[in-house]
Amino acid sequence: MTTRVGVVTFPGSLDDRDAARAVKLAGAEPVALWHGDKDLHQVDAVILPGGFSYGDYLRCGAIARFSPVMETIIAGARAGLPVLGICNGFQMLCESHLLPGALTRNDHLHFICRDQRLRVENAGTAWTADYAEGQEITVPLKNGEGGYVADEGTLDELEAEGRVVFRYLERNPNGSRRDIAGICNPAGNVVGLMPHPEHAVEALTGPTTDGLPFFTSVLKKLVSA
Amino acid sequence: MARVVVDVMLKPEILDPQGQAVQRALPRLGFDGVSDVRQGKRFELELAGPVDEAALDRVREMARTFLANTVIEDFEVRVEEER
Repeated sequence: MTTRVGVVTFPGSLDDRDAARAVKLAGAEPVALWHGDKDLHQVDAVILPGGFSYGDYLRCGAIARFSPVMETIIAGARAGLPVLGICNGFQMLCESHLLPGALTRNDHLHFICRDQRLRVENAGTAWTADYAEGQEITVPLKNGEGGYVADEGTLDELEAEGRVVFRYLERNPNGSRRDIAGICNPAGNVVGLMPHPEHAVEALTGPTTDGLPFFTSVLKKLVSA
Repeated sequence: MARVVVDVMLKPEILDPQGQAVQRALPRLGFDGVSDVRQGKRFELELAGPVDEAALDRVREMARTFLANTVIEDFEVRVEEER
């Protein structure tokens, strides 16, 4: 049986097709999910893609959080469904309180778009098992509101529990606390990050293929489960 | 109809780069003497029914769960006097 990975399209999603393509290149079957449809169509994992869902009105990800599909995804995530939030998807996961903290406007106020070096700090999550801990990767980064903030207690807890999954290397692109680029929930099935691994899955279109292990990681986890 | 206003502001400890940009622009425009600017959001809600404690509780709930992200923002609910 093929592993089915759902990719949600919200009004204003931009990277849903690239995410679906990455899933396909990893050897799984991408399944298009719709924000207005509660049904997850028997997928084994879900990707919340980048973009500007609902025009980023109110706050990034704030309105998407209350969409019908998110109701099912939030319940599923709490029960162990692997969920990956990329960029706008990360913002949705924070707004849904599946992940702690929030993403705020870049400290320098500019939208950034560049290839970003990261260190994989936790290779034990559903989405990072195909990396080695400490591995350095380069994937595109593009956002205007990517500054990760949380109170000191939450940041200490994330560090102590190994839930900082990715850290920015060389320079901090947006003022994120402690150079945090991505985090996970305590169980490791929910991962959110600002950079875009789905744009780095083949040589023709990406700066590297460093993003592909995200998608093979979850596939391997599901097959062995 | 009654109007309830919800003001949402970033918490004091959260950096407000937009407010800072506004503050830095002021002297260039000839407005001196402003040492800090914080930028927030104001929501004006027109309530169909009476503005009683129950209605205000609903607005507070709305502000806490949706209008503000209480991880980074504080909010204030007040009733606007009829003009």
